[in-house]
Amino acid sequence: MKKLVFTVLIIAFSNFANSAKQEDGLVNDFKAVNNINNKSSLQRGAKYFVNYCSGCHSLKYMRMSTLANDLDIDEETFLKNLMFSDKKIGETMTIAMKESDALLWFNAVPPDLSLTARSKGADYIYAKLNTYYEDDSAITGYNNLALPNSSMPNILAGLQGGQKIILDSQNKPVSLEKISEGKYSEEEYKQLTNDITNFLVYVSEPAKLKRFSMGFWVLLFIFIFTIIAYYTKKEFWKDVH
Amino acid sequence: MSEKNQATGLIGWIDERLPILSFIRDHLTQYYAPKNFNFWYFFGSLAFLILFLQIFTGIFLAMHYKPDAKLAFDSVEFIMRDVNLGWLIRYMHSTGASAFFIVVYLHMFRALMYGSFKKPRELIWLFGVFIYLALMAEAFMGYLLPWGQMSYWGAQVIINLFTTIPFIGPELGVWIRGDFAISDPTLTRFFALHIVAVPMVILLLVILHLSALHTVGSNNPDGVEIKKHKDENGVPLDGVPFHPYYTVKDFVGIGVFLFLFALVVFFIPEMGGYFLEHANFIPANPLVTPEHIAPVWYFTPFYSILRAIPDPAYGALAMALSIIILFFLPWIDKNPIKSIRYRSSLFKINLFIFVIGFLILGWLGVKAPTPLYSALALRFSEMYFIFFALLYFYSNSRGVMFSYLFSGTLIFLITIYDLTRISSDNMYTLIIGLTSVTLFVLFMTLSPLYTNLNAEKEVPDRVTE
Amino acid sequence: MSDGKPDKSRRKFLTGSLSIVGGTGAAATLWPFISSMAPSAKAKAAGAPVRVDISGLKDGEKIDLIWRKKPIWVVKRTKDMLESINTSDKKHKDPLSQNTEQQPEFAKNKFRSLKPEILVLEGVCTHLGCNPAYKPSENKFFCACHGSNFDLAGKVSNGSPAGANLKVPPYRFEDENTIVVGELPNIEETKKG
Repeated sequence: MKKLVFTVLIIAFSNFANSAKQEDGLVNDFKAVNNINNKSSLQRGAKYFVNYCSGCHSLKYMRMSTLANDLDIDEETFLKNLMFSDKKIGETMTIAMKESDALLWFNAVPPDLSLTARSKGADYIYAKLNTYYEDDSAITGYNNLALPNSSMPNILAGLQGGQKIILDSQNKPVSLEKISEGKYSEEEYKQLTNDITNFLVYVSEPAKLKRFSMGFWVLLFIFIFTIIAYYTKKEFWKDVH
Repeated sequence: MSEKNQATGLIGWIDERLPILSFIRDHLTQYYAPKNFNFWYFFGSLAFLILFLQIFTGIFLAMHYKPDAKLAFDSVEFIMRDVNLGWLIRYMHSTGASAFFIVVYLHMFRALMYGSFKKPRELIWLFGVFIYLALMAEAFMGYLLPWGQMSYWGAQVIINLFTTIPFIGPELGVWIRGDFAISDPTLTRFFALHIVAVPMVILLLVILHLSALHTVGSNNPDGVEIKKHKDENGVPLDGVPFHPYYTVKDFVGIGVFLFLFALVVFFIPEMGGYFLEHANFIPANPLVTPEHIAPVWYFTPFYSILRAIPDPAYGALAMALSIIILFFLPWIDKNPIKSIRYRSSLFKINLFIFVIGFLILGWLGVKAPTPLYSALALRFSEMYFIFFALLYFYSNSRGVMFSYLFSGTLIFLITIYDLTRISSDNMYTLIIGLTSVTLFVLFMTLSPLYTNLNAEKEVPDRVTE
Repeated sequence: MSDGKPDKSRRKFLTGSLSIVGGTGAAATLWPFISSMAPSAKAKAAGAPVRVDISGLKDGEKIDLIWRKKPIWVVKRTKDMLESINTSDKKHKDPLSQNTEQQPEFAKNKFRSLKPEILVLEGVCTHLGCNPAYKPSENKFFCACHGSNFDLAGKVSNGSPAGANLKVPPYRFEDENTIVVGELPNIEETKKG
């Protein structure tokens, strides 16, 4: 009886835990390789972000001094390579573009990306950067599988090269085909976009760098405590049995 | 008064003025609990632990949180990033909230299994249901505080429920919100209630819950009253002093719990989006509704019942009834046998179906409603209430007339409701659903007449190990 | 099953170890909470050094700024003002700036500054924390709360309720026209003043 209840609870629980919203289609093929422990990836990602993205996208919760510390970048290098405004290193990565201007130029305000990896997921970011394809009917000349009809231009077009979409008989996307070369090879571009994704995963939760290692020691400690508690319990309960 | 152990020193000084020694005696060292507590008896002390964990982490979060619609979301990110180990305190509080409900549900299930709500423990059960209600209110208000998309829209849906109440509904909604839509006044009052008022109510109710428990003594997995057989000193033969035996045993339970708790806090704090919902990492936007609003997982079974009935007012009523019916349990299940160990197979089937149904209702609550899911939700909602009806039915052995009348009435009521909503679209699922529920009701009420599935076992005099 | 008598020493050992491990765990669990009350990264960042541009500072003018949530004064002292500063024992409680808590090493001089003409002080009265007023015509700072007087090097006068000279914050000259409050000068710079 108990075992039955248990099994049911476990099945139910594992169903709950497996909640990834599986979207249909081609966009599902684009998955980021998460490795938040790869510091050089994070450093490259930071560099790419500042160079290509921070003109329009703020990271208003990311404090630069925290970023420098976590990524092992000393202050001087940081100020030279990763900061293009006269901010202090203790400030956060906000941008100068006004919302009203953004609406005028792009018809949409480029969202702050501090938490995108947590709200939409790393795979979304990676797919967004990899699934632009040429589309004459779109405002920017490009459409995107992860965010259809996005107002965001294809900033990295020069690096990736151009892609076109292949549809099946029911007009569903089947694959993306390269139609022109970019500055980067396919592998290089994949790594670049993966680095940016990795970086944004870090930005969404800097504590991620620390909590796994901390958790290991905490679990070990609690385990030892529980073992001692168990033998103490057994010892005292000899009286009862 | 008594000459024995007049304590000296500081303890003695205090004891002359405040009865700490007699308290320790009456509630710990000479409070006798049944010696056969099993796994299901850990959850009370765990709930107590989690209560203090939530209060403690809550205090430290409140040192940095800003209860202002313009500042709240940012202040939570501030805690996550800038406050030293703020992320740890935040995760402990969010995981603790979900852990609280898991533990409380298992704690309540124990009461259902062993009849811990039956005489003379009805009041303990009543206080417990009040605690459960207060806990739901506390969790609901706490969830608004991060001011994310799910916070805002979840609150919108739930407060709108209150507006379905006839006559006073809309005004009640405005009064609760303090405004015509959820906004800053709603946030600040929920903050005040969440950190002060409701915790105090919960603490008071827990004290009453424990006092009522200690007045009559704990039940046990055999449902046997240990106070019936005492030795020459008045000590129950099947009892052991709570301290040291259950204090030391509870430490083991606490260790296992904390291990699982830390596993979540440090490795999977979001729990796939169930403990910390993904949409809540987007600041609240009154102009954009998220694709899919679902309440936090611990509310989903009742949310399913709400959605099962299309009419908002009746749906809200059904949901309210599904919670209120819990209060009446001691007077619904009057069978003198307390523990599942000695009750009939039919009782076991009934309880098993109830649990499965509750879990399925929970699962349905997170899903977007499709015609199939809506049909399932309706049937399992009906099964939820049928559980209580059958509990009442099994309180006594019933005659032929009563059995047929009872099952007939139930089936009749369900059929009438189905007839009001039958159409060419839903005919297929409706008939299947109606047939399944009817067969279940007939099986459960008529089996006693034609099988011995209602045979009960003899309850022993003393506990078994 | 049991041998009748409880093994007292084993019990003691087990309860003892459980208490020690449990106690350590409880203390370790308290640590994050205590630490969360210390200044956050945001507060520490706000305490970062502040740059001041003094190119437009006129003779006798005082500008105010905030560093680490405290008011900081920068005054361009005139020749007359400098002459009004003396180190007479009779007039001041700490004429030689011997209380080392009140100024960095480089300010332990007659004018309590790196350069004589530029005075940098924390505008917080050393009595009970009020904000003294700048009285250039009387060559002093005067605290209205309880009547303390300070000369134009921040030295507290005899008869004042305040017991210490006004504090000189760490600062340095980045160049002729820029002071960085919150950073100490490196060794060569102190020698210049």
